[in-house]
Amino acid sequence: MSEAVVELAGVVREYPGAPPVRALDGVDLRIGAGELVAIVGPSGSGKSTLLHVLGTLDRADAGTVRIDGHDVGALSDAQLSALRARRIGFVFQQFFLTPGVSALDNVADGLLYTGLSLRERRDRAHDGLAAVGLTHRETHRPNQLSGGERQRVAVARALAGSPSLLLADEPTGNLDTVAGRGVVDLLHELHRAGTTVVVITHDLDVARSLPRQVHLRDGRIERDAA
Amino acid sequence: MSGRDVSGVGVEPSRLRPRDVLRVAGSGLRARPLRAVLSALGIAVGIAAMVAVVGISASSREQVNQQLDALGTNLLTVAPGTTLRGETAALPADSVDMVARIGPVTTVSATGTVPDAAVYRTDRIDSGQTNGLAVLAARPDLLETVAGTVAGGRWLDDALGSFPAVVLGSTAAERLGVTRTDGSVAVSLGGEWFTVVGVLDPVPLAPELDSAALVGWPVAASLLDFDGSPTVLYERSAESQVDAVRSVLPATVNPENPEEVTVSRPSDALAAQAATDETLTTLLLALGGVALLVGGIGVANTMVIAVLERRSEIGLRRALGATRAHIRRQFLGESVLLAALGGVGGALLGGAVTAAFAASRGWPPALPSWVLAGAAGATIVVGALAGAYPAARAARMSPTAALTAT
Repeated sequence: MSEAVVELAGVVREYPGAPPVRALDGVDLRIGAGELVAIVGPSGSGKSTLLHVLGTLDRADAGTVRIDGHDVGALSDAQLSALRARRIGFVFQQFFLTPGVSALDNVADGLLYTGLSLRERRDRAHDGLAAVGLTHRETHRPNQLSGGERQRVAVARALAGSPSLLLADEPTGNLDTVAGRGVVDLLHELHRAGTTVVVITHDLDVARSLPRQVHLRDGRIERDAA
Repeated sequence: MSGRDVSGVGVEPSRLRPRDVLRVAGSGLRARPLRAVLSALGIAVGIAAMVAVVGISASSREQVNQQLDALGTNLLTVAPGTTLRGETAALPADSVDMVARIGPVTTVSATGTVPDAAVYRTDRIDSGQTNGLAVLAARPDLLETVAGTVAGGRWLDDALGSFPAVVLGSTAAERLGVTRTDGSVAVSLGGEWFTVVGVLDPVPLAPELDSAALVGWPVAASLLDFDGSPTVLYERSAESQVDAVRSVLPATVNPENPEEVTVSRPSDALAAQAATDETLTTLLLALGGVALLVGGIGVANTMVIAVLERRSEIGLRRALGATRAHIRRQFLGESVLLAALGGVGGALLGGAVTAAFAASRGWPPALPSWVLAGAAGATIVVGALAGAYPAARAARMSPTAALTAT
C-alpha cells in the first residue's frame, strides 16, 4: 500500500454548547498518496468539520491526525500555517477569488505565503492556468469568468504549490450540471496525474463518479466503499 | 510509522516578503477606494492644519527677518519722556547736533511736534474735531534715517523745507483721501494751505510717521509757531556699537535730567510682535493635533469594519498558509498605509495653504523640513495605533470561523 497522506485515528471534535455537539465522533480514516476520495453525507453529518480537521484549520479534541506524515496535534499554529502553505491546497464552494484581480494573480496568490518572488509566483501561476486549460483567461477578472472557469481558477490556485493533498469542499455546489461535470473531470485528470484529492460533497452523483466513497453520518464513518 | 519530523525538517515555514506585505495592504485599500480616501481625509485635515499653522508662522517670521535685514536693526529712537511731575519733557534744540557728535553715530535726524496744529482736507471743518493726525516738522534726512520710502511724489528736501509743502504718512493720506501728489491738492494745516507734494509708504521702524503730516523744519517755524525743539530723535550707528550708544544717549541729549529720556529700538518691537504669535501658533497646533486624533479614530473605525467584512478573506489567507503574524502585518500595514495616504495629502494641502497664504500677504513662503518629518512620523504612529487593535483581532480570528462566516 502506498504511503499515507491522511491518517486519522479515533478523531473526536466537539463544539461547546448545551448540550455539546459532537461533530466528529471517533473517526478512523486512511487516505493513501494518489487516491481520489469522496467524503459524502447529508448536511450536519460532520463533513465540513472533517474537511477543517484534514486541512489543519481545526484541531481534534481527541485522537491523532497525521497529514503528510506530520502529527498535527504536536504542531504550533505557525507550523500548521507552513503545512497549509506548502502541503495542502483548498478549493471552496464559494471559490473565494479576490475580486478585481486577474485570474493569473489570483492563482499566484496561492504561493503568496511561500516567500517566492512575485515574478516566480506569476511564472508558476501561468503554468497552473495552462494545466486547467485557462491560458486564454489569464488577464480576466473573476467577474468576467463563468462559474466553471472561476472554480478552475480556484483549483489552479490550490495546486500552485504542488500540494500533497488537495481538499475540495463542495466544489460543484455553486455550479450548474455541465460546469460541475467539467470540474469533476478536472479532478479526475489531476488524480490520473498523481495528485491526492479529497472531495467533500453531499451530491451522491458526484460521489459515485469517484473511485472511493466515505459515507459520513452523525460524525461517524458509516460506510467506506471503494 | 516513522514519518517526517514535525518540528522543522519536513516543512519550510510560511513566509511573506516585506514587499508582499505592502502589496497585500495596498490591494486591500484599492478594493474600496472611496472608503480609503474618505477615512484618509480625516488624517489629511489634521496634518494639513498642523503643517499650515507651522508653515504660516514660519513664513511670517521669515518675513520679519527679511524686513529687519532690509531695514537694519541699528536704529534707536530717543524721546523726551515725562518729567517727575508728569509733564511731557522737551529735548534741547541742539540735541540733534549733540547726538551727531557721539563717535559711532552715522546718521541722526529728528521730528518735532507742531503743537496745536491739525490737518484737514478743507478749512470748513470744525477745529474741535480732531482726526488723530499729527503735524510734525521733519528734518530732510529723516526719511533716509528711518529707511522710509515715498509711495508717490517726493520727499521734503532742503529746497522744499521753507515752503508750505507737506508730505503725508500712508495712514494720513488715506484718512484725508489724498491720492494725487502732483501739487494740485492742498490741505489746511494749522490754518494755512499746504500743498501735498508726496505720500509715504508705511514705515515699519517708525509707525508714528504713518499718521503724520510732515512739513519742513523752517516752514514750521515761520508759519506754524514751531519752537524748533525736537520731539523724537532717530539715530543710527554701527551695528556693534548700538548698545554702547544706547547707554550714553540719555545723558547726551539731556545732561540735566537723563532719567527723563526714553530710548527704544523699534526693531525689537517688530521682532517681539512676531514672537507674540507663538502662543496662537501653539494653540492652533494643538487643534491640528485634535483633528489628527479624530482622523486616527476614523482610520481605526474603518479598519475594525474591514476586519469584520473580510472574514472570509482572512480565512482564505489562513488556508493559503498565512500565519497569525502575516494577517496582523497585513492589516497593520493597511492601516499605516491609509494614514500615510492622508499624511501625504495633508502635507501637500498644508504646503499649498502656506504658499497661498504667504503669497496673499507678500511673504516669502517658508516650511521647515522638520515639519514634514514630524508629519510623516505622526502619520505612521497614528496609523500603527489605529491599526493595532483591528489587526490583533484579525490575527486572533480562528480560520474555521472566518471561513464559515458568509
